[in-house]
Amino acid sequence: MTSPAVRFQNVSRRFGEVKAVDGVSLDIAPGELFAMLGPLGSGKTTCLRLIAGFEQPDEGHIEIFGARADGLPPYKRNVNTVFQDYALFPHMTVGENVAYGLMIKGMGRAERESKAAEALAMVKLKGFEARRAAQLSGGQRQRVALARALVNNPKVLLLDEPLGALDLKLREQMQEELRALQKGLGITFVFVTHDQGEALSMANRVAIFNEGRIQQVGTPTDVYERPRTRFVADFVGSANVLAPDLAGRLGAGPRWVSLRPEKITLLADGQGAPEGWVSLDGRLASASYQGSVTRLAVDAEGVRITAAVPAGSAPIVTGSTLRLAWPKAAMVLLEGEP
Amino acid sequence: MSSDPKAPLGLRIAATGGLLLLHLPLLLIVVYAFTTEEKSFQFPPPGFTTKWFGIAWSERPDIWPPLFLSLKVAAIATCLALVLGTFAAAGLSRARFFGRETVSLLFVLPIALPGIITGISLRSAFDIMGLDFSTWTIVLGHATFCIVVVYNNAIARFRRLGGNLIEASMDLGANGLQTLYYVVLPQIGTALLAGGMLAFALSFDEVIVTTFTAGQQSTLPIWMLSELIRPRQRPVTNVVAVFVIVTTMVPILLAYYLTREGEHTGGSSK
Repeated sequence: MTSPAVRFQNVSRRFGEVKAVDGVSLDIAPGELFAMLGPLGSGKTTCLRLIAGFEQPDEGHIEIFGARADGLPPYKRNVNTVFQDYALFPHMTVGENVAYGLMIKGMGRAERESKAAEALAMVKLKGFEARRAAQLSGGQRQRVALARALVNNPKVLLLDEPLGALDLKLREQMQEELRALQKGLGITFVFVTHDQGEALSMANRVAIFNEGRIQQVGTPTDVYERPRTRFVADFVGSANVLAPDLAGRLGAGPRWVSLRPEKITLLADGQGAPEGWVSLDGRLASASYQGSVTRLAVDAEGVRITAAVPAGSAPIVTGSTLRLAWPKAAMVLLEGEP
Repeated sequence: MSSDPKAPLGLRIAATGGLLLLHLPLLLIVVYAFTTEEKSFQFPPPGFTTKWFGIAWSERPDIWPPLFLSLKVAAIATCLALVLGTFAAAGLSRARFFGRETVSLLFVLPIALPGIITGISLRSAFDIMGLDFSTWTIVLGHATFCIVVVYNNAIARFRRLGGNLIEASMDLGANGLQTLYYVVLPQIGTALLAGGMLAFALSFDEVIVTTFTAGQQSTLPIWMLSELIRPRQRPVTNVVAVFVIVTTMVPILLAYYLTREGEHTGGSSK
C-alpha cells in the first residue's frame, strides 16, 4: 500500500490558551483534490500552514509521502503554497517571480526562464514574463502565484482560499481551471475554503473543521447527504436540524436529525402523506424567491423549518397554513446524545 | 489640469521670503570663503581671492584631525544605527505584544528630546559607568538619534513588506539568508540607504550632544565653533564650512530622491 500524500497523526497546535488544531488525524491520498472546509477560526488554515511548515505541531506528527516532517522548515519541504493574497514579490517581474524557486535551487538562467515560460503558458499567461505584479488584475495575479508554485513540481500544492478574492464570474471559471489543472498534473491539491459550495463542487473529498477538530471527512455527496454531526448538517447546505423530541414524534429517533430543505414538498389541503412519508402543519413566516427555488420559513411545532420548493409550485401567502411532507428516509440521524 | 493655478501674491512673497531666510546665510558663508578680509566678516567683501582654499589645504594641519574624527564618528554611528535600527524595526513591525506602541515611541523619543537633555543625561550616565570620554562616547551619543532616523525609515517599509512575502520566499525553497538577500533587502534597501545617509549627515554636524560626550578631541563642528573666536585666517573656517555643506547636502538630496522613488513604487504596487 502506498503511503498517503499527507498524513496528520493526532496533531495539535496551540496559540497561547487557544487550541487552534486539536487532535486532528487525517489521510490525504496522492492525487486527491482535497478541501478543508470550515468557518473562520476553525483550524483549517493552521492545518494548511502545518503542512507547509510555517507552523510546527505541538503534539502529533505530520507525514508527507511517508516521511516525517517534524521540525522541517518550509524550504526543506517539497510542498508549495498559493497564498491568499498571492504574495508576489513586487520588486520582480512576473517571469522572475515564477522562476524564483528554480533560481534558489541553482538552475541556470536559460533553463529556468524556459521553465517559467512553460508554467506561465500552462496558466494561460503566455508572454507576461516582463510585466510587474502591480500591472496585473486579481485573476492574473492568482495565475502567476499558481505558476510560481507549480513550476517547482511540488508533491503537494497548498491553496489558501484560492478563489476568495475573485468576483463570482471569475471564481466559477477558476474552479473549472483548477480542477482541470489538477487532473492534468496529477499533483495532490489541498485547498482551504470557508465556502461550502466551492468545497463541494471542486473537491474529491472534503474535511469539515470546527473549533480545531475535524467533524467529518468524506466525498461531497457523503457530507451533504449523510452529515454526521449537527455542525456539519448546518454548515454544509444549511440543513434543518430537528431536536430529538420532535424527531421522535416523526418516527426518527429520539435523536437529532438533519433534514435538507429541498427534500420537503408542500401538500395540498386535505392531501394525505404518501406511504413512508411524514407530514407536519405549519404557518408560513416568510418566503424568499431565489430564482429556481423559493425558500420558505415555516413555524411548526415551535421550531422554524426551512423548505426549498420549486418556484411557483404553490401560492405563497405569508401567515397561511401549509402542510409540509418529506420521506422518512430524508431524516438523517446525527451523532450526539439525544 | 487645464492651467496651473497661481498662488496669491501674499503667499508667494511669504514663500520667497522664507526661502531667502533659509538660504541667504548659506550663500554668505560661501561668499566669505572667498573674501580678502581675514579679521572680520565685512560686507560687501573688499575683494575676492581663492587663496584660503590653498591655505586650508596646506598650511592648517589643525583642520584634519577634527575632520577625520567627524567622518569616523558619523560612519561608525551610522553603521551602528543601521544594524540596531533595522533589527528594532524588523522586530516591532512583526511582533504583536502589549506595549508595542510604547516601545515604538521610546525608540523615536531621542530625536524629539532637546539635544542638551540627551547630552547631559548621557554625560552623567557615562560618569556613573566610569567610562572615559573618547571617540566611542561620541559615537554612542550620536547613535541615539541616528537609530531613530534609520528605525523610522525601516519600519515604514517593513510594514508594507508584510510577513507573507517572507513566507512565500521560504515556501519556494529559500532559507533565511537567501530570503534576506533576495526579498527583504531589495524591499527595504532604499529605505536603509536613505536612513543611513540622513543619519550620517545628522551625526556629521552635531554640536550639542558632542559637547557633552566628547573628551579632549573636537569634531569638525566644534573645531569651527572654536575657530570663530580666533581672529586669524577667518575665511578658512568658511572654506571648511563650504566643504561641510557639500558633504551633507549630497547625501540628504540623494536620500530625498531615493525615498521619493520608494514611495512611488510602493504606491503603484498596491
